[in-house]
Amino acid sequence: MTARERLGDVVLKAAVLVGVIAVWWFLANRSTSPYYPSPGDVLPTVWNDWLTDTAAWTDSIIPSVVRIAYGFFLAAAGSIALGMAIGRSRVLSELLEPSIHFLRAIPPPALLGVSLVVFGIGDVQKVALIAFGVAPPILLNTIDGARSVEELQLETAQAYRISRWDRIVRVIFPAAAPKVFAGLRVSISLAVILMVISELVAAPDGVGSRINGAARDFDYVDLWAGLVVLALLGIVLNALLTVVERSTLRWRQP
Amino acid sequence: MTATAPRRPLALPTSWVRGVVGVLVMFGFVELLTRAELVSADYLPPASSLVGESFGLLDDGNFWSAVGTTLWASFYGLVRAILIAVPVGLLLGLSKRAYRAAIVVVELLRPIPSVALIPLAILQFGLGTPMKAFLATYACLWPLLFNTIYGMKEMDEVGVDTARAFGLGGFRRALRVNLPAASPFIFTGVKIASSVALIVVIAAEIVAGGGGGLGVEIGSARLSGNVKLSYAYTLVTGVIGILLYIVLEALERRLFGWNRIGQADGR
Repeated sequence: MTARERLGDVVLKAAVLVGVIAVWWFLANRSTSPYYPSPGDVLPTVWNDWLTDTAAWTDSIIPSVVRIAYGFFLAAAGSIALGMAIGRSRVLSELLEPSIHFLRAIPPPALLGVSLVVFGIGDVQKVALIAFGVAPPILLNTIDGARSVEELQLETAQAYRISRWDRIVRVIFPAAAPKVFAGLRVSISLAVILMVISELVAAPDGVGSRINGAARDFDYVDLWAGLVVLALLGIVLNALLTVVERSTLRWRQP
Repeated sequence: MTATAPRRPLALPTSWVRGVVGVLVMFGFVELLTRAELVSADYLPPASSLVGESFGLLDDGNFWSAVGTTLWASFYGLVRAILIAVPVGLLLGLSKRAYRAAIVVVELLRPIPSVALIPLAILQFGLGTPMKAFLATYACLWPLLFNTIYGMKEMDEVGVDTARAFGLGGFRRALRVNLPAASPFIFTGVKIASSVALIVVIAAEIVAGGGGGLGVEIGSARLSGNVKLSYAYTLVTGVIGILLYIVLEALERRLFGWNRIGQADGR
């Protein structure tokens, strides 16, 4: 893309963005429905009552992010370790894969009932729900990635008497990493979804809990602001993952 | 269409046997945990009693109407999403400028988690099918849209050029050449979207707590403290997920058996 084309692209995107907000503004102001407040009310609320408000951070955003972080890291650590083992062992894969495929087929929100029965309504339940719910995509992708290691590379490593541990860390994992990250990417969005739903059902704090409260109090401006905050959270988490992925997979770039 | 013979006829039976063994070992492990009272049956009932409970559900008319409600809302939402996403995806795949303009809107809307819209959707549509179908449609739009656009990008240029040489105009070319060529990818999108629809509808039912459906049953089993029933509903939901997958795979093989690229996404 030339500099001129790139400038045109930026202008086009900015114009579309402004156009979308203008249409939203126009429709909201004409609409008599209280469900659809104007961006003139929502966007300042996002800034004043969420992003620059200490209580919003301590009571909503931070608890939610902490739950996602615990659940996501637990799932990632467990799934990557197990996935590497299953991907490299034919016996293990034949023993476990049917069970894994069954567990994957359960829609993650359906685990909510069981997780509440087993873990109560505290943080443990939310972290457990997120961890179990987001594990399958990471697990299946890691299995796939670990399986796709080139035999020649492994044999070379073996011929040089590279230790088993080093083979796992330096040969198998790098080869599986692109697939692993594909799984992590699916899982991070799923983690946000499970965080929200667990907080909608039963939670003293968190973004989902505040959105639920806003709906109960008919505070539609705050409800919409919460949606915008969740979208921002999704964008930030995705961006973080992209940064980690780029630095981990730097060796792949030509 | 006949079933193709397995490529390694000897490898298949052992893997089946091991898979069954694996399931049985896991089953036995769970059974042992609770029979030996290492884990309280209040948390994890014996696996055998869960199987009994799950089969017990099959006799329950209430259960079947819940399944029907959930599947209908998912299906309705999915079909609406297809009707929106596929034409839009075709358009965005055909025009680079339209794609660049629309991608801003898509990137703004896509990160909003569909389940966060549940409270708003309940206020607007109530507890019934329209609410669930709305959420399913919203959530299904993205995988369908991106798979359609992706399919348009993977298009064989020769086919398009040939159609152009034969004087097929833009609209008819899109309908007769681009759409069929992109259809295996669109179907991959449909497969992904169908499980997304089920996820969102069940989530909405759990939060709504009324209006029927599997999620409502899961929620009420939980609230009444019926541990076995909670597990049974979760297991049965998994079975429904697998059946859905099998049906769609079979449909894919029947519809797109001619296409090799579309099948490459296997496992």
